[in-house]
Amino acid sequence: MQLSPFTEEHDLLRKAVGEWVDTEIAPHLAEWEEKGDFPDDVFRRAGELGFLGLSFPESAGGQGGDYWAQVVFLEEVGRVSQAIAMVLAVQTDMATPPILEFGTQEQIDKWLKPAFRGELVGAIGITEPDAGSDVASIRTHAERDGDEWVLNGSKMYITNGARADFITMVVRTGEREEGNPWAGISMFIVDTSLPGFSVSKKLDKAGMKMSDTALLYMDDVRLPADALLGVEGEGFRQIMWELQGERMAGSVFGVAGARAILEEATRYARAREAFGRPIGEFQAVSHRLAEMATEVEAAQSLIYECCDLWNRGIYATEGIAMAKLAIGQLSNKVADEAVQTLGGAGLVEGSFISREWLGARIGRIGGGSDEVQRQILARIMGIG
Amino acid sequence: MSGLEPLFREEHEAYREAARMFVSNEVAPHAEEWEQQRDFPRDLFKKVGEAGFFGAKFPERWGGTGPDYAAEAVWIEELSRAGTYGTASDLGAHSQLAALYLDRFGDDDQKNRYLRPSIEGRWLGALGVTEPGAGSDVSAIKTWARRDGDEWILNGSKVYITNGARADYVIIAAKTSSDPDHDGITLFIVDTDTHGFDRNRMKMIAWETSHTGELFLNDVRVPDANRLGNIGAGFRQIMANFQWERLMMSLGAVALAELSLETAIDYARERSAFGRPVIKFQVWQHRFADLAVRIRTGKALTYRALRHHIASENGVEVPREDLVRLTSMAKLYTQRMAWQVADECVQVHGGAGALTEYPAQRYWRDARVGSIGGGTDDILRNLIARTIGLGAA
Repeated sequence: MQLSPFTEEHDLLRKAVGEWVDTEIAPHLAEWEEKGDFPDDVFRRAGELGFLGLSFPESAGGQGGDYWAQVVFLEEVGRVSQAIAMVLAVQTDMATPPILEFGTQEQIDKWLKPAFRGELVGAIGITEPDAGSDVASIRTHAERDGDEWVLNGSKMYITNGARADFITMVVRTGEREEGNPWAGISMFIVDTSLPGFSVSKKLDKAGMKMSDTALLYMDDVRLPADALLGVEGEGFRQIMWELQGERMAGSVFGVAGARAILEEATRYARAREAFGRPIGEFQAVSHRLAEMATEVEAAQSLIYECCDLWNRGIYATEGIAMAKLAIGQLSNKVADEAVQTLGGAGLVEGSFISREWLGARIGRIGGGSDEVQRQILARIMGIG
Repeated sequence: MSGLEPLFREEHEAYREAARMFVSNEVAPHAEEWEQQRDFPRDLFKKVGEAGFFGAKFPERWGGTGPDYAAEAVWIEELSRAGTYGTASDLGAHSQLAALYLDRFGDDDQKNRYLRPSIEGRWLGALGVTEPGAGSDVSAIKTWARRDGDEWILNGSKVYITNGARADYVIIAAKTSSDPDHDGITLFIVDTDTHGFDRNRMKMIAWETSHTGELFLNDVRVPDANRLGNIGAGFRQIMANFQWERLMMSLGAVALAELSLETAIDYARERSAFGRPVIKFQVWQHRFADLAVRIRTGKALTYRALRHHIASENGVEVPREDLVRLTSMAKLYTQRMAWQVADECVQVHGGAGALTEYPAQRYWRDARVGSIGGGTDDILRNLIARTIGLGAA
């Protein structure tokens, strides 16, 4: 019975990613968060080091690893910063997989290969000011005009949106049909340098301030024919496929983050003294952290089962929705208990714990809210 | 190879089919009747034994078909789904505790006399550790054994001994010295028809079909041939076996929670309120979804701990700390989870949730025992805290 899903090769990769994260990411996080920005160089360096296409085939410019290689990457970044893990996962697990899955060789050459090298930054464009989880209600639309498409509309809360070179976007290309959410939606790779595309606002958030989150505006953007990704009218199905990988990635780095937060709180509890002994010797504190450790191991067990299926090409929709729901909540709970354990130190701006506490809240909203996951589960269980 | 090795193989699926068939023929149809009578026939042990379901984790030499702990896990899951948890608990105390102790610590003569007939379901066992004054704190037991030639004379009492009120033998933990360093405890196989051995069946609000016993030992003479393992080894033997006991309880709790949720969903489909089935209300759809998440998460954790157990049984070097940590976590998580799930399932039943006519309240009562037996939640939190470097120095 093999107990670890990782091989020696994965361990070496973990070491390499870990070194990069510890030397080039972690030392700057407080500053980046305060500035509300981080340098593009993060993408370029990750690309140079070969971290942006780990589980993609070599023929598409990737490293040819399995999904567990991607798990290693997400975990290593996730343990220092949920915000940076998210912006990188947008690149590796959201904007690019649909291009490999549904794109042409030309699209792969044009967008995917430079994205893996870190030369192009990608984003995923689903949410709009008036439609989020309810994808069928999107209004951004594209009309055919000869060989081209004319794109109009806006996208909201788009991570990497302000700096993206391309956006993998869901767009309405046909009429909405009553009772058929699948109809009339297509996917495009939108080149953000095209005339008519603008970033109308970089949004100021309560947490993950360093990641850029944007409101985008598209006014008669003329897209070439080859901007269409996959099959016209199949966009809904394609984006539902994309969301599986997105939720997997978020869950993987979410657990890694929760584990790191818990370890920090545990270290603190061993070192900090009150009433003449380390607070970790008080049963009230140690039991609370023991509970959190149990929840983290349980959530990790669940997501690893999903990862294993994913790695075998099985998309365990039910397990993924469960993991997304459970881990979004867990991250918040663990971060909150960590703040409680650290006391005043947990509330100081610029600290790891306070930053992650604020950032964790996004996990229950992005990638499909808790309520959407429950609705998906209810449907799969045959009760919704 | 990267990835997770499958826990269950093809032969386990066949075993599951057979176990399911057995349970649906021999256990499930009688569940309500047994629960009403607060009893189940001793004959069930024999049927289980004859069908071979006590044998999966024991070697062929003593009548088993293993050792195969994955198959054993399958049996526990299927039996627990029968809806008569006290019955499963008695069978578990016999097979997962008493018989397993014999297999691990017994000599050939003891295995021949006790283990073989236990696997056959003809001779029933129980494990007697807990006392009125010592539960989780095993080293505080007061039952004591004094050597007298080739015999030992045991005095003391035991409580909450599952299957203890019906067992033919009980493996009794007794002090054989006043050594405070855990080295003072020794295990004995005690025949319950021995002079000086008395017992009562305890009346409980949960596990009602189980024969949970209160045992009294008054100058009970036990031959030295019935000493199980070395003198003074008892504490370590008990601790070593806790891992499997806790895993078995975790598997059972997950199965009970699944059964409880399925029953509640069925009820919510049938029952109407405000002009539509209760299941049509989003709050219940979402609550059921949340419960399913908790069950599945607990199951994933339990399976992870089980993988570690199987690897360790197969001779793979598994750090003991990992095994203890994961098993403790699985037990802590699943027992409370099962009860909380069952509690919500009572809730959806409304008034019917309070009626004994519906099994929902029984699942809720039965699940409650899990956070107490086999190491309480607090004991497990102590253990887990220690594995992450916290707790009292």
